[in-house]
Amino acid sequence: MDRQQEIKLAKGLLSGNAGAFDRFVEHFRTRLFQYTWLVCRQREDAEEVAQEALLKVFENADQLRDPEHVRAWVFRIARNACLMKRRKSVFAPEQELSLEQFFPATGQGGEHRHMEIADWSQAPERDLLRQELKETLGDAISELPDTYRSVVLLRDVEELSTEETAQILDLSTDVVKTRLHRGRLSIRQKLDEYMRTYGT
Amino acid sequence: MEHNPESCKEVFELLSQYLDMELPPEACREIESHLAGCPPCVEFAESLRRTVALCHEYEPGVMPGALSESARGELQRAWEKMLVSRGADGK
Repeated sequence: MDRQQEIKLAKGLLSGNAGAFDRFVEHFRTRLFQYTWLVCRQREDAEEVAQEALLKVFENADQLRDPEHVRAWVFRIARNACLMKRRKSVFAPEQELSLEQFFPATGQGGEHRHMEIADWSQAPERDLLRQELKETLGDAISELPDTYRSVVLLRDVEELSTEETAQILDLSTDVVKTRLHRGRLSIRQKLDEYMRTYGT
Repeated sequence: MEHNPESCKEVFELLSQYLDMELPPEACREIESHLAGCPPCVEFAESLRRTVALCHEYEPGVMPGALSESARGELQRAWEKMLVSRGADGK
């Protein structure tokens, strides 16, 4: 479902359209579950947090000032629900990712240095039917420290803007850009290892 | 693949913003100028671009379990209550 359809659903929801309610539940329940699953990494927690988030969406739908921003608004609620869940869990210290750890290793080849990266030329951009690659990508996202994963999920998986992501996470746009880049580099590195090991 | 780590690091740091078209025109031109003469950085940038494209296409294979009647009822009641409140407020 694209953004325009989501906006239409949000308008229907606010005007009391029962059909819109059903479609809204069907669509956002799946999206929220997939988001919370990537955050929580446990089905039971993800189901619980997604349901809590969806309930808050309906309880507070009258606070959705602009249906144009329904996706960002829904994911802000989901993010808060994840944070509440995390506070109840065992505290895990955040890990920092440095840029240097992702700069490709260089080797000496003849007179020139070489950047040691895999051949991505055949990487299937749209062919996520390749289950192994999909699993590698999912693992790479899930294994990111939360501060980076939360940005990558909103920017690159949910395709929200830098500004929307910054608002949801209460961060500056500069911090969003920094974390996004490091998160992407970490994912790229894991995909690169996969390409190198298994080819494409 | 020729590669000079020192001169490539500045490009490396800005690649996501470059791919997202969030850099000022002058910075874009500098990166493009660098890429024009540095095939390894082109290759790296392409792998990062593909990483982002894969994330855009990514959907976890997992689906939520069936929505129970009680959970659905809870959602519907919250929605209806919101509508009443919204109507009462004249929104």
